[in-house]
Amino acid sequence: MDTCKNNCSPVRELKEMNIVIVGHVDHGKSTVIGRLLADTGSLPDGKLEMVRELCRRTSKPFEYAFLLDALKDERAQGITIDTARSFFKTEKRKYIIIDAPGHIEFLKNMITGASRADAALLVIDAHEGIQENSRRHGYMLSMLGIKQVAVLINKLDLIAEGDREGIYDNIVNEYGAFLQQIELKPTCFIPVSAAEGYNIADKTGYMDWYTGPTVLDALDRFTEVLPPDDLPFRMWVQDTYKFTAQNDERRIIAGTVSSGKLHVGDEIMFLPSGKKTFVKSIEGFNEEPKNTVSAGYATGFCMTEQIYAKRGELITIIGQDSPLTGSKIKASVFWLGKEPLLPDKNYKIKIGSAQVGCRLTSVIGVLNAATLEGVEQTFVERHEVARCVFRLDRPLAFDVAGQFEETVRFVIVDGYEIAGGGIITDMADDTELNKKLIRRDIKWIKSSITAEEREKYYNQKAQLIVLTGKTQTDKKSIARNLEKALLKSGKIAYYLGIGNLLYGVDADIKSEDSLNTPEERHEHIRRLGEVANLMLDAGNILIVTASELGSGELDTLRQIITTDNVLTVWVGPAVNRIRDFDLSLDDGEMDVAAELFRIINPPPACAGFPL
Amino acid sequence: MIDNMTHLENLENTSIHILREAYNRFGNLCMLWSIGKDSTVMLSLARKAFFGHVPFPLVHIDTHYKIPEMIVYRDNLAREWQLDMVYGENSAALKDKLTFPDGNTTRIECCKNLKTEALRNTLSGEWPRYRMDHSTRTYKVDKNTEPYTGVIVGIRADEEGSRSKERYFSPRDKNNDWDVGDQPPEFWGQYKTDFKPGTHIRIHPLLDWTELDVWEYIRQENVPVVPLYFNQGDGKRYRSLGCWPCTNPVDSDARNFDEIIEELKTGKFANIAERSGRAQDKEDGGGLEELRKDGYM
Repeated sequence: MDTCKNNCSPVRELKEMNIVIVGHVDHGKSTVIGRLLADTGSLPDGKLEMVRELCRRTSKPFEYAFLLDALKDERAQGITIDTARSFFKTEKRKYIIIDAPGHIEFLKNMITGASRADAALLVIDAHEGIQENSRRHGYMLSMLGIKQVAVLINKLDLIAEGDREGIYDNIVNEYGAFLQQIELKPTCFIPVSAAEGYNIADKTGYMDWYTGPTVLDALDRFTEVLPPDDLPFRMWVQDTYKFTAQNDERRIIAGTVSSGKLHVGDEIMFLPSGKKTFVKSIEGFNEEPKNTVSAGYATGFCMTEQIYAKRGELITIIGQDSPLTGSKIKASVFWLGKEPLLPDKNYKIKIGSAQVGCRLTSVIGVLNAATLEGVEQTFVERHEVARCVFRLDRPLAFDVAGQFEETVRFVIVDGYEIAGGGIITDMADDTELNKKLIRRDIKWIKSSITAEEREKYYNQKAQLIVLTGKTQTDKKSIARNLEKALLKSGKIAYYLGIGNLLYGVDADIKSEDSLNTPEERHEHIRRLGEVANLMLDAGNILIVTASELGSGELDTLRQIITTDNVLTVWVGPAVNRIRDFDLSLDDGEMDVAAELFRIINPPPACAGFPL
Repeated sequence: MIDNMTHLENLENTSIHILREAYNRFGNLCMLWSIGKDSTVMLSLARKAFFGHVPFPLVHIDTHYKIPEMIVYRDNLAREWQLDMVYGENSAALKDKLTFPDGNTTRIECCKNLKTEALRNTLSGEWPRYRMDHSTRTYKVDKNTEPYTGVIVGIRADEEGSRSKERYFSPRDKNNDWDVGDQPPEFWGQYKTDFKPGTHIRIHPLLDWTELDVWEYIRQENVPVVPLYFNQGDGKRYRSLGCWPCTNPVDSDARNFDEIIEELKTGKFANIAERSGRAQDKEDGGGLEELRKDGYM
């Protein structure tokens, strides 16, 4: 046998590869691993004997699968409940085999295991044939982005010798067609018997008709994942450090490079804030100074200017392809939560280090991951996959599915639990506008005063307050009263009605009908957003009034302005789309200006409404 | 695994990413430092992750049966690296002699008293914590009794069965219990960082490391470890460190990093479990999972 038990030098030069093994419950995954460990001589001395002894004591027939069942719980149930890791090596490389459970109840564990893998073995019982989870697991591998899969058609020892080839061919045809539908190309289909050791390490089992690789060969033929060094640079701000101990003066942006390379001297931009600076130094501890850092490295750098960058911003290099920024995304999602994914419920989305509140806006289509049948639903049940649109509470930077991984993949948190995962397939925001905004931010001429310094001088944070409501509701008096109250309390505030723009900045497009035709109305809103953005950049508290602003228009405003400090208010009796606003205040029941003043400028900073 | 990085680089960078994630997500974070080689490697990784600083306390559970060299080494390194060093203990059990060396309990019960209970109550802040005062070089009762909500622990998946099923971010309930059957999903580098009040999260940056990886990293980075790991001339060394009544040295001539690595790769230990010198494991059916469900590390 071709094993590598001892003296297999030089061991350290061997690469390591994570392999996940998946398939329907009882199709023999654990037995395949047990056999791989035994046939490569990878079991610690005494382990096999220990398990045989345990089986003797519990009066159970010995199975290779028991080698893996280190937990008592698991033995009691006879199924793998969690991902367990086993280690072995061939002459080519070291393998970590991640055993993923086949039972539907444990799909989240299967995903946990599979997401750590570079390649997969998918086991199908020849006797039982393709089952629900054979398909579902195939689908999940494809969603998780695992591109190398070898399919093992197992338990051929239970099939009469003369029937083996036919059964093998049927499964290859049927399952191959399924994989093709989900765009997963298997590297091979191997007829095996894990219990008897056919085609695991050696070609045995009287199957001369099969000329392909054994399982060990198939593993060695998998290729290593190439680093995404050639892609545009992406790194999420994981944290910013300013440790004062031992007089450390450095302010370090820390994160792990997702793709591309960063060099000292590169001009970088943080998105979605649009802040720009240069890389001054790449930092490290107990290592040679570096000028370059590439994908996969957990690193940190100092900047030429002390700009304030927040966790969750995406760092890019100016001049390379930009990601998108927006607050509406289209995505493919798989759902694991005990409760279904519901519209209008508050969730949290985590993409890279960014984390923001989100809501399911609409379900484009739900797919049964096992049958690939479409279902029409407004929600997504546990273990279903779906195409959905989400609205984020504030804009984020991201890429769309294709080349990138870490800037495309996200999870959804329901309460305290990760309840689903997804891949961004498109942005549902205005992409044309997005391009304009990215160009604007790159070309932006900065003053020598940073936003933070300006905040200090003015003793206030720039903020946008948008008042909207029915045409007949008097928003203007509220805005004027609020402006006055803010000025009296020492703030720098300005009231900007949309009318101030329509006949000036907008004179070239303003017509009798222009607020009622969608395209022209959109341009009015865009210009309002850009003017507001200038005044916010100048450090103002800006109050804007406009009638009947819809949620899409509020999204556009949020997309255009670079601060997150936005308060949207519906004034007047509540309407049914009230969820689109941060606040709903009825001017018939309260002094809206006083209430807003209290919210913006809470005590004890100012005790009363100074009118 | 990314192809252009060495195996150790892959492990190191993943661990650093996890440590930084823990530091960002948990307001009240600590790192358990058993003084052993694994958690000392983790401490070195933290110094890399935070560019020479260790921005959270290191917590040691002192059973008072630790091999004395371990405590000397702990305090020396704490001073040299300016660590925020904290220890906790089960003073009641020690006073009432409810221990195995006193002949009053089994080994497992002794572990539960001196380690599991001491850990639970130290983490929750219910029992006194002793913090090193660097100006006087002594330990004083810590005024901070806030429970830790994030606890970094240096377990490895290859150590034994139950640990191979852990997550990088693993929740523990109010009683410190681990629900093996219902663990959170963990994929795409997204971890469970949201938790109910009263619960906490254990963070496992070394989950993917093996014993050999640890030693190779110690050699590469010249990580200071307790000399007990090396043969001092008597033909014996400790492979795994614990309390002296339950931990036995193994026969070995390995005097330095190279010899230990050689011994692990090709020598007589290549196929013998690391914790084979730990007597309590054998009482627990070889799985450790009875102890771990109750909060043992």
